[in-house]
Amino acid sequence: MNQRLILILLLAIAAAVPLSLLAGRVWIDPLAPETRNASVILMQLRLPRAVLALVLGAGLGASGAAMQGFLRNPLADPGLFGIAPGAALGAVLSFWTGYAASTYLLPVFALVGAGGAMALLALIAGREGGVALFTLAGLMISSLAGALMSLAISLSPTPFAMSEIVTWLMGTLADRSWREVWIATPFTLAGIGVLIAAGRSLDALTLGEAAARSLGVDPRRLQALMIAGIGLTVGAGVAVAGIIGFVGLVVPHLVRPLTDRRPSSLIVPSALAGALLLLIADCLCRILPLAGGELRLGIALSLLGAPFFLHLLLKMRRGLA
Amino acid sequence: MSLQACDLGVKERLEALTLALNPGEITAICGPNGAGKSTLLSCLAGLLELDAGHVALDGEWLGRLRPQARARALGYLPQSPEVAWDVSVEVLISLGRLPWRGAPASEAQAAIDDAIAAMDLEDFRHRPVSQLSGGERARALMARVLATRPGWLLADEPLANLDLAHAAALVHRFCEQAAAGRGVVLVLHDLSMAMNHADRVVVLDKGRLAADGPPAQALSEEVIARVWRCPARWLGEPGARALSVG
Repeated sequence: MNQRLILILLLAIAAAVPLSLLAGRVWIDPLAPETRNASVILMQLRLPRAVLALVLGAGLGASGAAMQGFLRNPLADPGLFGIAPGAALGAVLSFWTGYAASTYLLPVFALVGAGGAMALLALIAGREGGVALFTLAGLMISSLAGALMSLAISLSPTPFAMSEIVTWLMGTLADRSWREVWIATPFTLAGIGVLIAAGRSLDALTLGEAAARSLGVDPRRLQALMIAGIGLTVGAGVAVAGIIGFVGLVVPHLVRPLTDRRPSSLIVPSALAGALLLLIADCLCRILPLAGGELRLGIALSLLGAPFFLHLLLKMRRGLA
Repeated sequence: MSLQACDLGVKERLEALTLALNPGEITAICGPNGAGKSTLLSCLAGLLELDAGHVALDGEWLGRLRPQARARALGYLPQSPEVAWDVSVEVLISLGRLPWRGAPASEAQAAIDDAIAAMDLEDFRHRPVSQLSGGERARALMARVLATRPGWLLADEPLANLDLAHAAALVHRFCEQAAAGRGVVLVLHDLSMAMNHADRVVVLDKGRLAADGPPAQALSEEVIARVWRCPARWLGEPGARALSVG
């Protein structure tokens, strides 16, 4: 069942990539390739953007699936661990200090922020490996990073820096180049690899923590894998594109009924579906006419994701009633 | 495969407990609420850090065994076991194969099929867990433990929330497992079940061993009065006893 799903998703991606390359402010007609600068637009603007959408979408999809498996909760989102806010805080500080102006420093700051959040998480959650403490630690880091971000914004040295920060936080793939692709791809792929390695332990966790331990799962190792996997995928994503929410929440939901529902069989299909969703969403953002530029990807996904989340909650409430 | 607890101590829960359990027997752990039954079972399963003593499997300390080796030997069913995702019965049971990473797929399938047959779940193989009745669910969870093909079955109140018929059917399955040579250790609240079906009963009181022996001896009226602080009388014939309380 899983192989067929993976194949279908791969085919869908193979079909969507060429289409997404043609769409945008300048439409490129493959049958009439005399569009001015067509090859520059394709190779330098749209292709890196498409690849980045696929890479980040895959990272968000896989980390969402792993996160829901780890917390045994369909409402969990990779943002819960506080790693995304940590990375965002790093990026905000690079704007605040003015280092963001130099090419590689913004992503480096964000990755350091993500790393800091991961280290703090590991330190607070400690050796016990309990999921509840872990989640609370993540929430604490999230709110701390959020507060520090607000502080940085309110103390912005210049109005320009403030507007840069606010715009950046909205999350977008506009104006990204191959440089961002090279930064994000190795981290994201490594992160997805780590999450796949955690798959069997996440399966065991389906039966609860005690049963998982009795099946030979080492909670400390699983916790370390989760911190590394989520940290790498989410940290790399925030470093190059800002905060893009809801993919990690929505995608595993859409994919789960098509699998045997074990967390391990959800990770790869979620990665592929996340890639596809982000590619399509980014393409739509590019096409939709909006005064003063294009719709921000992060905003578009939140606008789509919030009603979906509400629908989920209502469905769960009906289930409980 | 022998399982021994030697001078076990867990702070404020268990005190200086020594036990040698035998394979091929059903051992029931009984005692009032808070006596340390679940703690003892967790210790036997190697899931708790001990403050004193050790548990040994075939002479080897559990704490020194690799988690995978321990998981292959000791099947553990927790109290009120949860299933986080609505997987099918077959997928649920296949989780019992997780400690056997690297074993041939044919062996895994055979173990899953055997577990399904042992718990009489053939008709439910592809049914989602959420659509099972309480009794079917309890059997499916037990089958998950059996799929590991462990030498020992350790179950914490496996009969809780089951009606009479389902409880009796599950006890019958445990007897079959013990007859097949497995060691079966059950935490039981129902003293009649322990009296009628266990080969040996271990009675705990406030973290200490209060009685240990054949059911008629370990669950005598005198022990019940002393440990549960409640006058009780056994009615009926051996093997079909009922407890009259008060």
